[in-house]
Amino acid sequence: MSITVLSGLAGSLLAAPLQRTAPRRAGWLLALLPLGLFIYFLTLLGPVSAGRTLVETLPWAPGLGVEFSFYLDGLGLLMALLVSGIGALVLVYAGGYLEGHPQLGRMYAFLLVFMSAMLGVVLSGHLLTTFLFWELTSISSFLLIGFDHKDETSRKSALQALLVTGGGGLAMLAGLVLLNQAAGTLSIPALLASSPDLLKHPLAGPAAALILLGAFTKSAQFPFHFWLPNAMAAPTPVSAYLHSATMVKAGVFLILRLGPVLGDHPLWTPLVSLTGAVTLLLGAWMALSQTDLKRLLAYSTVSMLGLLTLLGGLRTPLALEAAVVFLFAHALYKGALFMVAGAVDHETGTRDVTRLGGLARRMPQTAAAALPAGLSMAALPPLFGFIAKEVVYEAALESGLFAFAAVFAASAVTVFAAAVIAVEVFWARPAGSPPREPHEAPLALRLGPLVLAGLGLLAGLLPGPLDRALLSPAAAGLVGHPLQPGLALWHGLTPLLAYSALTFAAGALLYLARRPLRRLAAALTAGFGPDRLYDLAYAGVFRLAAWQTGLLQHGTLRYYLNLTVLAATGLVGTVLLLYGGLNMPAAFPGATFYEVLIAALILLAAGFAITTRSRLGAVAALGVVGYGVAAIFLLFGAPDLAMTQFLIESLTVILFVLAFYHLPDFERFSSRRTRLRDMLVAMLAGVLMTVLTLSAVGIQIFPTISSYYAQAALPEAHGRNITNVILVDFRGFDTLGENVVLALAAIGVFALLKFPKRRQP
Amino acid sequence: MSRWLVAPILIPMLTGVLCLLAVRRPRLNRWISVTGAALELAAAVALLAAVRSQGTLVLQVGGWPAPFGITLVADLLSAFLLAAACLLAFTLSIYSLASIGAQLESFAYHTLYHFLIMGVSGAFLTGDLFNLYVWFEVMLMASFVLMALGGERGQMEGAIKYVTLNLLASAFFLAALGILYGLVGTLNLADLAVKIGGVTERQPQGMLMAVALLLLVAFGIKSAVFPLFFWLPASYHTPPAAVSALFSGLLTKVGVYSLIRVFTILFVQNPDLTHNLILWISIPTMVTGVLGAVAQNQFRRVLSFHIISQIGYMILGLGLFTPLGLAGAIYFTAHNMIAKTNLFLVSGVVERLQGSQWLSRLGGLYVTQPLLAGLFLVPALSLAGLPPLSGFFAKLSLIQASFDARQYLAGGVAVAVSLFTLLSMMKLWNEAFWKPRAEDAPADAELPDRARWLVPIALLSLVTLAMGLGANWFYSLALDAGHQLMNPNNYILAVMGGQP
Repeated sequence: MSITVLSGLAGSLLAAPLQRTAPRRAGWLLALLPLGLFIYFLTLLGPVSAGRTLVETLPWAPGLGVEFSFYLDGLGLLMALLVSGIGALVLVYAGGYLEGHPQLGRMYAFLLVFMSAMLGVVLSGHLLTTFLFWELTSISSFLLIGFDHKDETSRKSALQALLVTGGGGLAMLAGLVLLNQAAGTLSIPALLASSPDLLKHPLAGPAAALILLGAFTKSAQFPFHFWLPNAMAAPTPVSAYLHSATMVKAGVFLILRLGPVLGDHPLWTPLVSLTGAVTLLLGAWMALSQTDLKRLLAYSTVSMLGLLTLLGGLRTPLALEAAVVFLFAHALYKGALFMVAGAVDHETGTRDVTRLGGLARRMPQTAAAALPAGLSMAALPPLFGFIAKEVVYEAALESGLFAFAAVFAASAVTVFAAAVIAVEVFWARPAGSPPREPHEAPLALRLGPLVLAGLGLLAGLLPGPLDRALLSPAAAGLVGHPLQPGLALWHGLTPLLAYSALTFAAGALLYLARRPLRRLAAALTAGFGPDRLYDLAYAGVFRLAAWQTGLLQHGTLRYYLNLTVLAATGLVGTVLLLYGGLNMPAAFPGATFYEVLIAALILLAAGFAITTRSRLGAVAALGVVGYGVAAIFLLFGAPDLAMTQFLIESLTVILFVLAFYHLPDFERFSSRRTRLRDMLVAMLAGVLMTVLTLSAVGIQIFPTISSYYAQAALPEAHGRNITNVILVDFRGFDTLGENVVLALAAIGVFALLKFPKRRQP
Repeated sequence: MSRWLVAPILIPMLTGVLCLLAVRRPRLNRWISVTGAALELAAAVALLAAVRSQGTLVLQVGGWPAPFGITLVADLLSAFLLAAACLLAFTLSIYSLASIGAQLESFAYHTLYHFLIMGVSGAFLTGDLFNLYVWFEVMLMASFVLMALGGERGQMEGAIKYVTLNLLASAFFLAALGILYGLVGTLNLADLAVKIGGVTERQPQGMLMAVALLLLVAFGIKSAVFPLFFWLPASYHTPPAAVSALFSGLLTKVGVYSLIRVFTILFVQNPDLTHNLILWISIPTMVTGVLGAVAQNQFRRVLSFHIISQIGYMILGLGLFTPLGLAGAIYFTAHNMIAKTNLFLVSGVVERLQGSQWLSRLGGLYVTQPLLAGLFLVPALSLAGLPPLSGFFAKLSLIQASFDARQYLAGGVAVAVSLFTLLSMMKLWNEAFWKPRAEDAPADAELPDRARWLVPIALLSLVTLAMGLGANWFYSLALDAGHQLMNPNNYILAVMGGQP
């Protein structure tokens, strides 16, 4: 199974070279890969419908609890067939749609990568494998939405979709980690077999909520639905494949997949079904005002994804069966209609229904594909959409009036939308004129819709075998026990039939009133929505970022130094106070006259160095400080240290004087207040260091190891000067490093002086 | 084997010296540089293999027994990070050939470069706190000169901020060393650990805590954590790309390494204070860094701010102070060294092609440079934490460790910051790659020596991918390192022999 999933990735590498060598045939050739996969999955129908599941596990990072594993059951097989089958059609379609486009090779490659990723999502046997492919679908979706990358709207929409689904994905990742802690595993078979006690774990609720958040963003549920209509900026093959038939169903798939594991949590049904119901109605409402065919279909897709989510939340056996059946029906007709919309766009140059009409004469075959797909969408017999809608109604009725009313209302709008694309575009009197004279679409653009619409008809006429081989096994895995296949076109004269007729009538009325309705709905929807909220948040992030960065990093070294020193002083000081680490000697016993004198001299010189405006004066004062320190070394019996210090100080002063001689005096650029503030900060730091040093003098927890040096210097290191022996032998490695520092400094001085000045442009 | 412990320090030193001798013969100079870097990489990999199979290796330099001489120690943490650093050093030595130019090379660029590597290796390998200070000085001096070399106004301005704030860090470090030596009378890490571990009275403990925090500040400045990071965004975008890349991969990571080292072996008595503090620092570090990145409009400035955000992740793992947390921190550090450096390399190519760092002046590379675009996506998406790249496992391990330690806030922030990371990476993508270029912009420049520009990028991208696909090998290494750090007795015994 891993090979089938990953084959798309390998195929994507071939796409660009193939496109270069056989530009006209590449789409057809590449479609052979998904077609082969489709046939392979068909051969699995037998064993899977007999109740078998296929599992394949490769360890990946067991330390992190990550497996690369696959799990194929009825639901997975259903999705895999859709992904591979529609994938083959879409590759052919893309070849026609983007013929001659310089980046068609990349389109093929991204589509194949996406197909791989999507197969991975639906066939994965471990939730982190799911996550891996889940994110890969987000990325390929990003690259595909932004395919027309020179257009700013495309880039914006691509980023929006990525951020919304990516953000959801991150929530989901957090949820998965929590679930792993609650359940101890993320392997899907193991989770399916886990005990109901899992739900009592305190982390189960947060885990479920976070995972659902990921699913909701992916499946465009309210309030995250807005990215999907905007994603219509993608070329139509992408919309048909990712944004109606497959990827957006990943969230629903995950909801269905995890239903048996987490569905009995008290949070699940209210959260999922309510979100689904709101999305169902919202999508339907938004569809009313759309005149762009693709946006119309997109909102209708949002609505139907809401329906699937609602069913996944209700979780009655009937609801789950309805979800599976409807998912299949929707993929067929919506994929076909998207391709039809793309073909119309391709041939006429517009997708605006107010400029289209009566295309059936010019594009008979496209119209012939649109009609059964539209009828299926409108849930008319004998198409499969009718059968699916009946099951959905049955499940909704069983769950109560509210659910039924919501589904009914949305279904009426679905009928309306179907009428717009299948009837208004092809059969109604033209309302305006398209930018281009329409022609029949080429074969590549007709094939997909014809096949999918034909399958919808076939499935409607022969629901039995389909149900037995594919749909019932898929639903059975969700329900937990085998189902009696019972799909049929004709159930007799039942109330359901009456409801269906009523829906159709309501939808037909909406269609007849479409022109005033569009105006009315547009007037009522204009205003504030999540899309606008996203824009605000997006802009807000950038404003916040700019504000914060201006605050923290505004470019003045003085301010950086202040903050750094304050942070250090604050941290260390607080800890000292907290721990009472201070150990100040009460007095300074035995301070001799010389010591006091030197200390006073140092202080005076330091004060002068700060206040003087003369550079040379400051340098000289610093020299005095250094000499004073050296004198202290001398007093405390470290003559060699003192010698070194005297030398260094003298040299430094001389060098500074040489370097500074030609420079002007210091100028004061800062205000008095600033200097006062700086002084306070500096004094704080100085006080802290003083206090620390004085406290340390009083405590010696352990004797130093330096007595060893005194003992070992002569007998073992053969040197009489201990300091020298330490420098060149005991700790000679330090000296090596310091020598390198000196060499570096020398190179630096040389380079800085000699490097030719570049003229600033 | 253990005498070879000094090789990763000596090889770059000798290479640097030879490069200086050959500075007037450019071809030879370059050969020496790349060969030396390759040898260095080989030594580091061999060391990692040896440590993996034989355990912690110790060399008492000059034969003086610990704690009197200087001890070099390679445990898994050191060896792993050293190997990652040497990989970068090797890759960048090739990239430098294309990007640095003859003029900088004639001012001993390669010598500075290898001396910097020497400092990094020394810091990773030393078992002595004062010796660590020395290596910090080597790094600081080498990096300062590298940063200022070229003499552009912006470079000098950045370099001065860089060196001032880093000298402040050195001052804190040195003060802490002095006080610590006064208190405990030793500088050898293992010896210090034993002695500090025995302190129970409150008042000396307070002094030790003060020292701990001084070191936290010193290393915190070096590793650019909140609110001590100012020097980094002020300076990293100014030098040539190869130099920025080198700094981004190595310098702050040595700071992180030092934090990890000191706060797993020396100051572990009061994790409620020290490690919680680190944990709390990690949160604003992650957040302010990524927001800073979002706000930038220059390619390399975005990357510079990003470094800060990701330092936050690394010290988050340290703050958790569990084997899992440390494993996450180590894995994340190695991942980040590779991926972030790689992005700096991409920025160098972009600048070469289009002559600017300003995002508004860039564009169209998706069409003109598809290979570069693909190579950009690997580290960029890895940073954003997308599977199957290294960044995913790095983040996953840290999130798991956080939730495991019931630090839901820190873990949650780590998750949320990923979204902004993704946003800023995709901002780069949109602006430099997808957006059509401004109409008045000149045509893309030529890219001579294409292989020298792109092979290093491809190599690092492959490593990023390999660290994800082979996550188990790397993660178990990091986890073993984490366990080692949580049980410092091994380290102490290895250094002190039988007399801890």
